[in-house]
Amino acid sequence: MAEKFKRMDGRELTEMRPIAAKVGIIPNADGSAMFKSGKTIAYAAVYGPREHHPRNARNPKKGTLRCRYNMISFSVNDRIRPGPSRRSTEISKITEWAIAPVLMLESFPGMVIDVHINIIQADAGTRCAGINAAVMALAHAGIPMKDMVSSISAGKLDKTLVIDLDKAEEDFEEGEGPTDIPVSVTHSGKVTHLQLDGKINKEELKNAIKMAVTACDEVYDIQKKALKNVGQLIEGAKK
Amino acid sequence: MEKIEINSQKITEYFNTGKRFDGRKPEEFRELIIEAGVSENAEGSARVKLGDTDVIVGVKLATSTPYPDSPNKGNFMVSAELSPMSSPRFEAGPPKFPVIEFGRVLDRGLRESGFINWEKLCIKEKEKVWTVFVDIYTINDAGNLMDAAGIGAIAAMKTAKLPKYDEETDMIDYKNITDMPLPLNNVTPIAITAYKIGNKILIDPTREEQDAATARITVGSSEGIISSIQKGEEDSMTPEEIGEALDLIDIAYKNIFKSLEKQLK
Repeated sequence: MAEKFKRMDGRELTEMRPIAAKVGIIPNADGSAMFKSGKTIAYAAVYGPREHHPRNARNPKKGTLRCRYNMISFSVNDRIRPGPSRRSTEISKITEWAIAPVLMLESFPGMVIDVHINIIQADAGTRCAGINAAVMALAHAGIPMKDMVSSISAGKLDKTLVIDLDKAEEDFEEGEGPTDIPVSVTHSGKVTHLQLDGKINKEELKNAIKMAVTACDEVYDIQKKALKNVGQLIEGAKK
Repeated sequence: MEKIEINSQKITEYFNTGKRFDGRKPEEFRELIIEAGVSENAEGSARVKLGDTDVIVGVKLATSTPYPDSPNKGNFMVSAELSPMSSPRFEAGPPKFPVIEFGRVLDRGLRESGFINWEKLCIKEKEKVWTVFVDIYTINDAGNLMDAAGIGAIAAMKTAKLPKYDEETDMIDYKNITDMPLPLNNVTPIAITAYKIGNKILIDPTREEQDAATARITVGSSEGIISSIQKGEEDSMTPEEIGEALDLIDIAYKNIFKSLEKQLK
């Protein structure tokens, strides 16, 4: 490479934005957590396991995980009309898929576990922040889990692979433009969620997934620390 | 429900010995029939049959005001209806998650690939642009509706022509179709979905195979350049399984691309 690619905010290519987490932020909830990544802030609250309504939606074999992802109206510059959108409906389902593989839902046949995620402030990476907060909230609620899930976006700016795009980078327009690749992985390295928007070849994609898996270790450490220190704001190591 | 479970178990066991009940290879599509121009009143249309799976796709054009952040670019919208006609599993009513995902995944694949020449859809900057509506209706669900719909969308868009537009009166004359094709670039972003059954991966499942799958990954790509991905369903995949899926999708892409070129001639 002729010249090293410089990121707008001066981060290293594999450096994520400063992250912070706090478990136990909503007293009424059975479990709750906050996850912050740069300026993106996600809150998650868990209610349940509880009776599943409507009755016909019950699964007699195992419990149901029901996630609701929502961006609050003033989380971005242009006000978002309150209520579900096509986008939020999709991300809600993606969040369920990302997390369900690690939950021991067979312990709660016929019941539902509700996870409410609110994006309080958005600067890209909101689905990943939401997933990170939701998993912590589920652990805080004492839902039996086989593993943890951590989530981060890998990305490509022009031809350079990077970790954790912020909004300014998502709007990057030079060369091949931006590619955003949100990935969620279990601590044992299984991919539970993968999406992509942009332009990338197969080899680059494989490397991007590897980078995301590595970066998720850092997220995992913060999640674990926050769960061991309920009520305390845990911040990532300063670079 | 029970019938599905027994079927799924058999299919999984058999596939883990490397075999499919219809004898196809993992990356082999069923017979693909693409028929363009099936609707008189759409600006572009196509019917796609993949074995017994059957979808119809139409392109409609309308004018609208551009979004403030793209004053010289046209608009694009993909929507799908999983019609109750096509399966006893689909119900009428407001769109639920599968329909929304369907539209959004295909939308991203087409939008991100550079398939559409957005600037050429601009009629007057900041004031008037073309909006391209791609509407998908399922006719019969015998598995893999998503890929069939994606192929249909490409066929319909590639054969679409703009209707006559009068700038002074701001009227579109839909009865008067011009020779102007929809402004497209020279890429063909086909979305292909790989399914995980047991510990193995296959493509173009029958309905029964699709029921047996525990995870899926849809990849929109054009000649090796990937422009969209969506992993779906409640099972994880290892990075190796994802790699295997990408390899199968590469092979399938080449075959579908050839078939598409040939049938649209």
